[in-house]
Amino acid sequence: MSSEKITVCRKEHFNAAHRLYRPEWSNAKNEETFGKCNNPNFHGHNYDLVVSLTGEINPVTGYLYDLKLLSDVIKEKILDRFDHKNLNLDVPEFSSLNPTAENIAVVIYDLLRKEIEPAIALRITLYETERNFVIYPSL
Amino acid sequence: MVYLTRLEHFNAAHKLYNSQWSKEKNEEVFGECANENWHGHNFDLYVTIKGEVDSDTGFLMDAKKLGLLIKDHVIKKLDHKNLNMDVDFLKGQICSTENLAMGIWSQLAPQLPSSVQLHCIKLYETPRIYVEYFGEGNLFHDMI
Repeated sequence: MSSEKITVCRKEHFNAAHRLYRPEWSNAKNEETFGKCNNPNFHGHNYDLVVSLTGEINPVTGYLYDLKLLSDVIKEKILDRFDHKNLNLDVPEFSSLNPTAENIAVVIYDLLRKEIEPAIALRITLYETERNFVIYPSL
Repeated sequence: MVYLTRLEHFNAAHKLYNSQWSKEKNEEVFGECANENWHGHNFDLYVTIKGEVDSDTGFLMDAKKLGLLIKDHVIKKLDHKNLNMDVDFLKGQICSTENLAMGIWSQLAPQLPSSVQLHCIKLYETPRIYVEYFGEGNLFHDMI
């Protein structure tokens, strides 16, 4: 059996509202920095989330990781808390952290890292729109 | 007769909520979509017009000009907005994709040149949920 590493991925999606702003800044400074993303009444996105795990294939099961288990973990730790929510108001991790795509990816990584054994590397790819996406950790 | 479609995008927050109903009834009917703090989507909007080709230009309508009309009369009002709170033509409406498609029709139809007709508003709320509206029985008619 090869000990080459392999990557398995699970794709999920959630819909959420958010707003980009810093409460300690003036409205003018927020407008200048975040533009229309600073709308006080929020806006929203369909987020596509790709969770990638990299490691060695378990010779007994033939799996790197049971993708059904990965799906269950993502659902419990991320989707149940983020889907159809307001990221600023409903998700405690963003109570004082701007919910940019970058920060959302880091928060998702930190939440999932605790759930996946250390020998398996984790990477988050988060699409905020079809054309804007972030990758963490960086390539 | 030929048909021309232009695709535009916008992102917005909304909630599904009937103000005549209790919070419990809204949650029962609309589920997670009734979250009082809003949620949001990337909407894809397909606008299809129809008519005859202009023999001088070979166009039904200049697609660039159609894009500018959609941006000026629809996208500017919806993009990065809260559909329930920020959009004049949705005031008093339940902000479902169905009602949004009908509202977009009413915004756009009067702006088109007389040589073309609006044929269809196709609006994707998610990659797997979309509405098509062909102008029949427009509840927004009185608001035009």
